[in-house]
Amino acid sequence: MDLLRFITAGSVDDGKSTLIGRLLYDSKNILIDQLEALEKSTKNKENGEVDLALLTDGLRAEREQGITIDVAYRYFSTPKRKFIIADAPGHVQYTRNMITGASNANLIIILIDARQGVVEQTRRHSIIASLLKIPHIVVAVNKMDLVEYSQDVFNNIVIDYREVAKQLGLADVTYIPISALDGDNIVDRSKHITWYNGKALLEFLEDVKLDSDINLTDARFQVQVVIRPQTEDLHDYRGYAGKIISGIYKKGDKVKVLPQGIETTIASVEIAGMEVEEVFAPQSAVIQLADDIDIGRGDSIVKIGNLPLVSNELEVLLCWLDDKPLISGNKYLLQHNSRQVRAMVRNVEYKLDVNSLQQQPVEGNVKLNEVVKATIKTASPLVYDGYEKLSENGSAILIDETSNSTVAAVLIRS
Amino acid sequence: MNQHHLNYLDQLESESIHIFREVAAQFEKPALLFSGGKDSITLVHLARKAFAPGKIPFPLVHIDTGHNFPEALEFRDRLVNEVGATLIVRKVEDTIRQRSLTEPKGKFPSRNWLQTYTLLDTIEEFRFDCCIGGARRDEEKARAKERIFSVRDEFGQWNPKLQRPELWNIYNGRIHKGENVRVFPISNWTELDIWNYIRYEKIDLPSIYFAHDRKVIEHEGQLVAISEFVQPADSDTVLTKKVRYRTVGDMTCTAAVESNAATLDEVINEIISTRISERGETRIDDKVTEAAMEDRKKNGYF
Repeated sequence: MDLLRFITAGSVDDGKSTLIGRLLYDSKNILIDQLEALEKSTKNKENGEVDLALLTDGLRAEREQGITIDVAYRYFSTPKRKFIIADAPGHVQYTRNMITGASNANLIIILIDARQGVVEQTRRHSIIASLLKIPHIVVAVNKMDLVEYSQDVFNNIVIDYREVAKQLGLADVTYIPISALDGDNIVDRSKHITWYNGKALLEFLEDVKLDSDINLTDARFQVQVVIRPQTEDLHDYRGYAGKIISGIYKKGDKVKVLPQGIETTIASVEIAGMEVEEVFAPQSAVIQLADDIDIGRGDSIVKIGNLPLVSNELEVLLCWLDDKPLISGNKYLLQHNSRQVRAMVRNVEYKLDVNSLQQQPVEGNVKLNEVVKATIKTASPLVYDGYEKLSENGSAILIDETSNSTVAAVLIRS
Repeated sequence: MNQHHLNYLDQLESESIHIFREVAAQFEKPALLFSGGKDSITLVHLARKAFAPGKIPFPLVHIDTGHNFPEALEFRDRLVNEVGATLIVRKVEDTIRQRSLTEPKGKFPSRNWLQTYTLLDTIEEFRFDCCIGGARRDEEKARAKERIFSVRDEFGQWNPKLQRPELWNIYNGRIHKGENVRVFPISNWTELDIWNYIRYEKIDLPSIYFAHDRKVIEHEGQLVAISEFVQPADSDTVLTKKVRYRTVGDMTCTAAVESNAATLDEVINEIISTRISERGETRIDDKVTEAAMEDRKKNGYF
């Protein structure tokens, strides 16, 4: 059994909440007392069915203050897989919400209303999916019941979306006609959509291959914390603990410590205090080195012959997440995995229209939900890869040192 | 199967260890809130793995309501000893006395709500800047929207409006003086994940998680154990039933479930086939209002 994280994208009217409710309900992941609470608060009981959308209903604070918290997480599992859904609400602040929810996703479900077809929102969701390099895309054409389960309607939407996918270079796209309200092609294959021979949505989610999503070629490791027990029997023990970002490490590997640039050899690799043959992404491991080198949190250990980039000047795409705008000349903290460095945003070149991918001039300060191309200068060098090549080592956040807020998502370009 | 493939429990474990290590690196005085239940026992197990061969680099803190299951206390002391961790116990009873708080009344006098006072006092006493807790997002809907690194103000309050975006695996634990971060390393685990992991890792649990005979009374369909804290009224019928606990909280507000499951496999099978959520089945205090958890969280609760 393995783990799939996905995000659902669609506006409220596309039936996103109903879809999530349906997945939880039909896969028997809703329990009786939760269902009772649901029935109690169901307003629309015309056909005696509970309103599945209420399962993903907000908190009282959200209703009272008219806000939506950017992401809620839902969990369900089948005998094949455990699923984590990042449920990001639509409408206002959608770019911020979606980027937050999508940053860890292996897959995105883009919902399209069969009556509406490919609309501006569809395009926007797809652009964000392409910016964040989400590996798998499912286009779920919903409300097929309202178009009499028409194959023509579905086929036309597929033709339209293929055009979008081509423009954005989206490679792995799967199209499924569904009705979330009635449960057609969600868990079980639809009795109404007889012309469709593909998998139901849940079947697809269970089967989609995930192994190739993890990069086992380019070895990257960043030190989170140094383990030094300093007890009598472990007097000289010095282990570098961190999560393997990508690749495989084993004893004897010739490595380079960056940004220091010192070469050494791996003396042992360990998991939870036990020496093992090798460690690989995404394991949390401990590496011991043959030589006594001064290494601390945020330093990288990589293999000689496969080096990342090292620079203190970065070309980036910034997605601004804060209500306060980006003030040019302000200093921020940039956090790249566990490494924190002081940074300054310079040369905001252009703004990216997330509905069209067009580059537009930036007027005034960069505001919430805007995506811009910029240059970041850091006080000490960063050890990274381009986001396109290795997203886990090409992403960072900006922190406002005065408010301590996370103010931007940073996608580093190579 | 690819030899470089992690199953879902290994993946969850790795994520949690990563979070523990971020805590150790980012905070000066973290603490692990230990309740004696299976979730906090799992936390201790994960913390051990995160820092091996070193010891867990922060103390375990037990906010003691005084309404404990004796089995859970014995287990706690044994575990602390085995792990070689520092244990700090602060009692709700002392807070009630020192702050002249009103002791809850009724047949099931829950001190659950009062724990918040003791917790905040303890945070201040030791100047903890981070408290690690065993909350899971599948527990209920306020939890579903809380961050893994959840910033609390000096009153311990959670403000859903001011949550920081949490992207990729990057955690921003920077705070102002007086603020505090609650960190939930098992946010992404479900109840069943915890049980499966306990089996996978052969983690020891207190005996009350397995079927045993116990004197109970029935209260609104739930079975509550007779103890020095819960006494039967004349109208109650005291029954001896074979029960186990699905969660272990206070004796006054945790209900038992009827069960013959004496082994982990049997418990897991029952949980898979049960159709009632953990909180719904076993927490007497959560049924009060639908927004009970949201309210408590906003007031500084775990």
